[in-house]
Amino acid sequence: MLALRKYMPHAVLGLGAFVMLLPFYWMFLTSIRSPAEIFSVSLWPIPQKFAAVDNYSRAAGQVPMLKFMANGVIVCFGILIVQILTAVPAAYALAKLRFPGRKLLLTLIIAALTVPIQALALPLFVGLAKAQMLNTYFAMMMPFLLSVFAIFLFNQSFRSYPDEIIEAARMDGFSELEICWRLVLRGSLPSLAAFSVFSLVAHWNDLYWPMIVVTDTNLAPPPLGMLFFADVESGANYGALMAGATIITAPMVVCFLLARKHFIAGITMTGVK
Amino acid sequence: MQPQSVNISGIGKGFGADDVLKGIDLSIRPGEFLSLVGMSGCGKSTLLRIIAGLETADRGTISIGNRDVTEIDPADRNLAMVFQSYALYPHMTVRDNIATPLRMRRLPFFARLPLLGRVVAKAETLREIDASVRQAADVLQISHLLDRKPAQLSGGQRQRVALARALVRSPAAFLMDEPLSNLDAKLRAHMRGELSNLHDRLGATFIYVTHDQIEAMTMSDRIALMSEGRIEQLGTPDELYQAPATLTVARFIGTPSINLLPAEIDASSNIVLFSRKLGLQADGTSRGPATIGIRAEDIFPATDGIPARVLRTETQGADRFVTCQLVDDTSICLVMREKAGTTTGVDSEGLIRLGFSKTQIHLFGSDEKRCIVRQLEQVMA
Repeated sequence: MLALRKYMPHAVLGLGAFVMLLPFYWMFLTSIRSPAEIFSVSLWPIPQKFAAVDNYSRAAGQVPMLKFMANGVIVCFGILIVQILTAVPAAYALAKLRFPGRKLLLTLIIAALTVPIQALALPLFVGLAKAQMLNTYFAMMMPFLLSVFAIFLFNQSFRSYPDEIIEAARMDGFSELEICWRLVLRGSLPSLAAFSVFSLVAHWNDLYWPMIVVTDTNLAPPPLGMLFFADVESGANYGALMAGATIITAPMVVCFLLARKHFIAGITMTGVK
Repeated sequence: MQPQSVNISGIGKGFGADDVLKGIDLSIRPGEFLSLVGMSGCGKSTLLRIIAGLETADRGTISIGNRDVTEIDPADRNLAMVFQSYALYPHMTVRDNIATPLRMRRLPFFARLPLLGRVVAKAETLREIDASVRQAADVLQISHLLDRKPAQLSGGQRQRVALARALVRSPAAFLMDEPLSNLDAKLRAHMRGELSNLHDRLGATFIYVTHDQIEAMTMSDRIALMSEGRIEQLGTPDELYQAPATLTVARFIGTPSINLLPAEIDASSNIVLFSRKLGLQADGTSRGPATIGIRAEDIFPATDGIPARVLRTETQGADRFVTCQLVDDTSICLVMREKAGTTTGVDSEGLIRLGFSKTQIHLFGSDEKRCIVRQLEQVMA
């Protein structure tokens, strides 16, 4: 009974983890299998014919995979940097400064959290088209540069920063911007890490918006590139397709593993789930 | 920097409908240790924050030395503040914490940046700052802690770092907001002594906010006792103890608290206690109810005194506090302070008769203000 109570939660969590990880494992498995084996349901990790080299070289060689990855990096970091540059001062002002209209602004931010990107897609697309900015990096980044989610997350975390330290800093001669960037953000590194992971993963994996504003293969971020790749191959060579998918997923996994500790601290601290 | 005077005139401040400060006038002399003391919510912390510039007053002016600083930023007032929570920068070492006020003052913006700063900053200025940090650390005996982070320090050590950070810049005055309230009782008593010594050594102006009257009594040159946004009394600790200007002051100052007895002033200004004339007259007060205050040490057993029942005795080393309930009016308790080890006049049933010296009483009229008491030549019947 005691043993059951002890191991039961682990069993449940293990089952959950298995369900979550299975598609990724399958993706990896398919990427190293030969076409003959692809439709086998076996989960055995060692294929009869090891086709990894073939699949990965096809994935890397047939389409400009590196170019896609570079596009992804430019877009994701472009978005992330501007998001942080704008959200941190905004969140600091909302969390720590007193000014008329603060409550209203906070309410608006929470309201804005509920607006999905799909609702804004049409006006944004028309706007970008009129400005002749379709098929640019900027078009891919534009809707995400100002993140209310970031403002909300940082606001939650900045609020817990002790007021007395901010006051001590004011007496020591820190400017408000120095307080914001050098002290308050410094005390919220876990939130910064958590937000960075959220943002990078979301935009690295985003297919919806790039598909709308980009038709030029040279600008495609990885998921869109994969889509082009699938078209080129008419969707037949699953091995190579999954090899491509593995290549573009890997950076995200590495990114998460590096920031894992801070990421978890960041989401548990601010109550974002 | 020479110690500066701080002059506060007509400071008023309201939060919403409430007036937290109702026109405060106060002159703090250069080099003085002045305590602002009062119950929580009396406005003492708000006043300190207004002096610091962290809060703006609705009306009135603040000047430091001869300079009007009412409209000046906190950083440019050249004041140092020690906070209740110490407010050390958590990610910096002790050394950097102490150096920060100097860096912010003496280094230009680019030299303060994390990495670039090391290259841009003038070596000579950095050396000067380092020397000042060492000196401040020496004064507070924390030289061995310079490379630690605040999280690795005990409460008392953090307190010292906060003090070092304040004194490193030789400010015009030190502002302290309940700096000892997070320490345990023993350390607090010790730090009281150290703060006094530090004040004597630096000769600097200290403005010290506390709700603890013992801190105020033991360290201050003068105390400003505040209540409901006003200064109730300003004076030396002795003046406040021996001649409290109002009932509030009398209640607040002294341990154990002053004994208060309801009394009456009759038509011919005689003071009447428990329907007996005391042979004392009140000056300049009309007839009506009044309150007599008697310090615990001014009460003693007396054969013709007021009958009372002993509730409990507490021995505090040299002294003993005896709490007694009056037999005639059981709602009143008196505390008597006497030397421990002596025999009290308690009889077998736990009864005692209490007397007091008539020259030692404090009389407060119905407006709660102190009244002058005159002793009559002849004893009244």
